[in-house]
Amino acid sequence: MHIEGGSHAHAHAVEHAAGAGAGVGAGELALGPGVGPDAVIGAGRRFALLGNINRRKLAAILTVIILAIILTVSVAGVLLGDKGLTADFSQKALAPSREHPFGTDLLGRDVATRTIKGLALSLFVGVSASAVSAVLAVIVGVCAALGRGWLDHAVNWLIDLTMGIPHTILLILISIAAGRGWRGLLIGVIVTHWTGLARIIRAEVLQLRSQHYIAVAGKLGRSRWWVMTRHILPHLVPQFLVGLILLFPHAIMHESGLTFLGFGMPPEQPAIGIILSEAMRSLSSGMWWLAFFPGLALVILVLLIDKLGECVKLLFNPHSAQE
Amino acid sequence: MHLSAQNVSFGYRRERRVLNGLDFCIRAGERVALTGPSGCGKSTLSQLLAGYLRPQSGQVTLGGDALPHAGYSPVQLIYQHPERAINPRWRLRRTLHESWHPDAQFLDTMGIAPEWLERYPVELSGGEIQRFCIARALAPQTRFLIADEMTTMLDMVTQAQIWECVLEQVTARGLGLLVVTHSEGLARRTCDRVVDFRELTAG
Repeated sequence: MHIEGGSHAHAHAVEHAAGAGAGVGAGELALGPGVGPDAVIGAGRRFALLGNINRRKLAAILTVIILAIILTVSVAGVLLGDKGLTADFSQKALAPSREHPFGTDLLGRDVATRTIKGLALSLFVGVSASAVSAVLAVIVGVCAALGRGWLDHAVNWLIDLTMGIPHTILLILISIAAGRGWRGLLIGVIVTHWTGLARIIRAEVLQLRSQHYIAVAGKLGRSRWWVMTRHILPHLVPQFLVGLILLFPHAIMHESGLTFLGFGMPPEQPAIGIILSEAMRSLSSGMWWLAFFPGLALVILVLLIDKLGECVKLLFNPHSAQE
Repeated sequence: MHLSAQNVSFGYRRERRVLNGLDFCIRAGERVALTGPSGCGKSTLSQLLAGYLRPQSGQVTLGGDALPHAGYSPVQLIYQHPERAINPRWRLRRTLHESWHPDAQFLDTMGIAPEWLERYPVELSGGEIQRFCIARALAPQTRFLIADEMTTMLDMVTQAQIWECVLEQVTARGLGLLVVTHSEGLARRTCDRVVDFRELTAG
């Protein structure tokens, strides 16, 4: 009896709740035709707009923060003296502490100082290599798209050739052929990184060139140069900037990789690749900090720059550019 | 002054010609309509006459001389898709000034509101953009205007308004007008002479 009563009461409560729900639903329905649709659409639009502005603002804020971090690292790399770089065997192979946050290496050098200097160096190599290869990509891409047929064929062949050879091998071969060290590294990275962006720019120019308004500009008496600088190049700016930024992590990674393999910077340079390859030798003896902190710093830097590229892409998006 | 095509041939592919030895002529101040089924070559002929395409054989002449290929073309073509004929990243003032600097009175007769000049193309309708395309093509150097299905995608009221503006300008300046259209009614309302494209190719 008792149990039965309980279940009955329960069933009743459920029924009641369902009834209340239906009541609310009906109330909404009754409200609907009067004020419902307009209010709902208005609210939806407001929320979408708010979300969009926030996304753009967020991207702008992130861009500024990331640029500030990058600037800080490069300035710090220059300002930090040689104090942490000189060998001091009394401070040899110390674990991370307050005085040496990243620990010290086998020669008693401060890993934190070396890491920051290495990052600054990587940034410098990254900026110069990606800037030069991005400019190269635009020139080559535009020439291929606007030039005569044979020029386009030649450029495409060159792009296929460069892309067809395994990247690291090509990089090593070119940097050795160009005289190793600094110069070889820079030339190697520049010569191998322009192809992807060049292909994108070429496709973009070809697509733009077939637009009606380009043909109309010619009939309105505008010269090819005028059309190029006023109509075509401004359209390429977003592609160029995003391409430039996204080339950057590649260039840094390849610089470090090449240096790690021993084909890049001379061994006395505090480059991330050098630090990592030295650390590899002492990793098995338990000195984890030698590889962990520099490696982590490099990964964070690369991720930050990648994020920067995404933010810039969002800021240039024509669909939200008006807001 | 005449705009004429003499024995003109053109094909997009080598084995198949769209136009084969065609002759056509329009005088200044004359209003000619060109009708015919889709894909027969009306648009190709208008692009040849306006210098957007060059004939594979034969020639297009303006006042006896070959059509100029540099500088402002006295023969202006207006497309069916106005939004494709303007740079989507430019404010319309810039698009208009790419051609010439019309005064406020001219813009008023073309039905262009002054505030539209500061807008981007995405913020205007097709009919409003088409008014800009027409205004742009009506610089003082223009002698012939070719309207290739200029108002086909617009509603009847807008079509009527736009044609009124255009015919007023064409009459006032003594321009030659070539109207390419599917609509018999539009052809008869706007033009003195209606040419069937099939007769042109047969003859």
